[in-house]
Amino acid sequence: MQPTAHATSHPAAHEAHHEDLGFLRKYVFSTDHKVIGIQYGVTALFFLFFGLLLMLMMRWQIAHSGEPVPIVGKLLERVLADPTGLYPNPAAKGIISNDLYNSFGAMHGTIMVFMAIVPLAFAAFGNFVVPLQIGAPDMAFPRVNMASYQAYVVGGLIMFVSFFIPGGAAQAGWTSYSPLATSIATDGQTFWLIGMVCLITSSLLGAVNFIATIIQLRAPGMTWMRMPFFCWAQFVTAFLLLLAFPPLEAAGVMQLMDKVAHTSFFLPTGLSIGGALANVSGGGSPLLWQHLFWFLGHPEVYVLILPAMGIVAEIIANNTRKPIWGYKSLVYSALTIGFLSFIVWAHHMYLTGMGTKISTFFQTTTMIISIPSVIILTCFFISLWGGSIRFNTPMLFVMAFLPMFGIGGLTGLPLGFNYSDLHLHDTYYVIAHFHYIVAPGTIFALFAGIYYWYPKMTGRMMSEFWGKVHFWSSLIFMNLIFQPMFKQGMAGMLRRMADGGAQYSQMAHAEYKGGLMPDVMGLHKWILWAAVCLALAQIPFIINLFWSIGHGKKVESDNPWHATTLEWQAPTPPPHGNFATVPEVHRGPYEYSVPGQPTDYTPQNASV
Amino acid sequence: MDIPYTVQPRPDTGLYNAKVGIWLFLASEVMLFGALFSSYILLRVGAPEGYWPHGWLNIPVGTANTIVLITSSITTVMAWASCKMNQFGKFKFYHACTILLACCFVGIKSYEYHDKFTHYSIKLADGKMADGHLVEKSKDFDLEKKTGDIVIHGHQVELNNKQGEELQNELKKLYDLRSTEGRAVKHEELKIPAAQIASMETYGPWHNTYTAIYFTLTGLHALHVIGGALVIGFLWGPGSKMWKTDPERFTNRIEVSGLFWHFVDLVWIFLFPVLYLL
Repeated sequence: MQPTAHATSHPAAHEAHHEDLGFLRKYVFSTDHKVIGIQYGVTALFFLFFGLLLMLMMRWQIAHSGEPVPIVGKLLERVLADPTGLYPNPAAKGIISNDLYNSFGAMHGTIMVFMAIVPLAFAAFGNFVVPLQIGAPDMAFPRVNMASYQAYVVGGLIMFVSFFIPGGAAQAGWTSYSPLATSIATDGQTFWLIGMVCLITSSLLGAVNFIATIIQLRAPGMTWMRMPFFCWAQFVTAFLLLLAFPPLEAAGVMQLMDKVAHTSFFLPTGLSIGGALANVSGGGSPLLWQHLFWFLGHPEVYVLILPAMGIVAEIIANNTRKPIWGYKSLVYSALTIGFLSFIVWAHHMYLTGMGTKISTFFQTTTMIISIPSVIILTCFFISLWGGSIRFNTPMLFVMAFLPMFGIGGLTGLPLGFNYSDLHLHDTYYVIAHFHYIVAPGTIFALFAGIYYWYPKMTGRMMSEFWGKVHFWSSLIFMNLIFQPMFKQGMAGMLRRMADGGAQYSQMAHAEYKGGLMPDVMGLHKWILWAAVCLALAQIPFIINLFWSIGHGKKVESDNPWHATTLEWQAPTPPPHGNFATVPEVHRGPYEYSVPGQPTDYTPQNASV
Repeated sequence: MDIPYTVQPRPDTGLYNAKVGIWLFLASEVMLFGALFSSYILLRVGAPEGYWPHGWLNIPVGTANTIVLITSSITTVMAWASCKMNQFGKFKFYHACTILLACCFVGIKSYEYHDKFTHYSIKLADGKMADGHLVEKSKDFDLEKKTGDIVIHGHQVELNNKQGEELQNELKKLYDLRSTEGRAVKHEELKIPAAQIASMETYGPWHNTYTAIYFTLTGLHALHVIGGALVIGFLWGPGSKMWKTDPERFTNRIEVSGLFWHFVDLVWIFLFPVLYLL
């Protein structure tokens, strides 16, 4: 008895020691992986909501171009005015100018990908859950972990501030293609590049930390094939970030040189800007930027989806009360995806004229990478078979993830074939496709994760009722937003147009045939109001998230979901150092409903 | 619970945490420099015939810098070995050498940079090109007002109205300094009035894609050298107090920082032939 009591008091002593350091060291400059995870989560959720608001303003501009934005129009005009008088007000009379629309478009993408989803899916969930799931006391390098969060905040602030500098934020899309990105005269792109270097540094530090933690700090008995699939997903994701991001950093440095030191890495000879020959040395290659960007850009897609799949695996196993079907297939598929994702990047570039041979190669690899993705999804579907499923809020989100991700994945096939991509490239079809992957796909899995691990973070449950309101309304409105975009895209409506394609509509050019028809154009208003409703549907979630910290139903045990993985065997909320004693792992991660056991779940560390 | 394997290796991997961390970090660095080297290849392959420079950099100076860095790698290993053999005094000596050699490298590199920033390429109003190092600018030299003059030590070439082999031979005087034409060029002091100058620029990163990739690659490498020297400098100075309290952990730190240093040297081993010799 005596040693156990001593061991339990140990983390408490640590905690007390930590509290001595005061509020700043405990909550702001913390080195505890759980605090850093929550910091990442809160910051990323803020950016997620900010990105949503940008999108709402863009949808207004698309549906009602040239009309002042309701409610926030006056505010935009005030805060975006250029005090130097160098640039005209981008939101004069509350109307979004074309330049401002381009800024919003570029920053919506940048914020959602690099500052919201990746930090939430990888850094927030990974930080909080991975060390707990592998039975580690913390990450391998706690101070590097803190530095990673700080670099993320600095990068985020630089991006955020760039809206308010004269000339506004970057305008060349989240892909920042040169020469467009370099030749726009404002400083927005320079801020974007410096911000990206900070964000890349942050993810580099995070990736090193995650991999080292998973390799080195697994508890005794936690062999590779006993690791929960979530940890495997994070492990592969970390490798993608570690190896795919540096080429973008190199590209960013080169574009920064183009912008600041007037080099011509991405500027070809004979480049003309505004009708005049540009004063550049030339000799550069615009295609080089695209190759380097998409060398990150495509692995990035799997950075967005793999952690989500990890969350889905945990929640499915827990709520079907049976082992996940095909655990090893999942692991090997995730590893295969990780490897293949490095050799599919140029399927984003079929339209660049890089040549049919290269197109064929990348078309082939793209088709091959869909195989492991389908294996993973199939394993999840088969896992549902014969289970006695608990339909709580996390499980609802996961159940919606499966078909929504399916739609996103299947609509990607026509984009992966170069001949059908030539028609669909750069249309709303592409927007609909990848939003199905990321919004009702990844974001739903992230919501599921928040509802699922919330009791471990706070010791209280989130409201089931409001969770279900949040789920059903989000599901309906997301589909109402993105389904019509498939139709618009197939009709030939291009993305990135500030007027939503009005200048190419049949109404604007009655003399020609083949313009965008009124029914296609009319969908803009439909999408706008669905988007507004989607934003309203997040209110119950936000209130639920904060209200439940103090008023949610208290958990009755450390393991309210009756789960098997190690994070639920730790105290709630876990103290600094996580476990009272080093947990010893005896079995695989999903031992549910094992015949002959007293309960329908057997924790990984339960003694034999 | 405290974090395990911070000093002692984990039995199944045989590594302590920081060593795993630094190898992962170096993998990422390989991708960073790999992307830049790939860009170098693409830009070089895409350059029009005759316009990719050869022999613009001073090979003896570059060789000297290569020797400096290789020597610093040796002293780094010796510093770590001294720690392992419990000879703190020798460690201090060897890493002092490492830091001095790093400073020496940066010094030589700055000299080379200075050479490029004083090397002018001047387009004359009559279409000829003047090319050479700055000797002096007169006090009233002003390109916009067309006053004063500039003196360079160099030569003139005529590229206009030339085609085919004739153009290639003339280009070699500017771009291929190892060719017979390039070596035959006689350098003399040229005094050029501002009024005759159409435009002029130095051999900075803006000059062409070669100088662009040269400055970006070597600049990024120099930043790594400076960063590595700062870390080693810290471990040599204030950080060496740890030797008294936790010598094993201190030795690990020397090993990990040494691994980074070897990587930085290795990058130079690729940079030198690619930029100086090829």
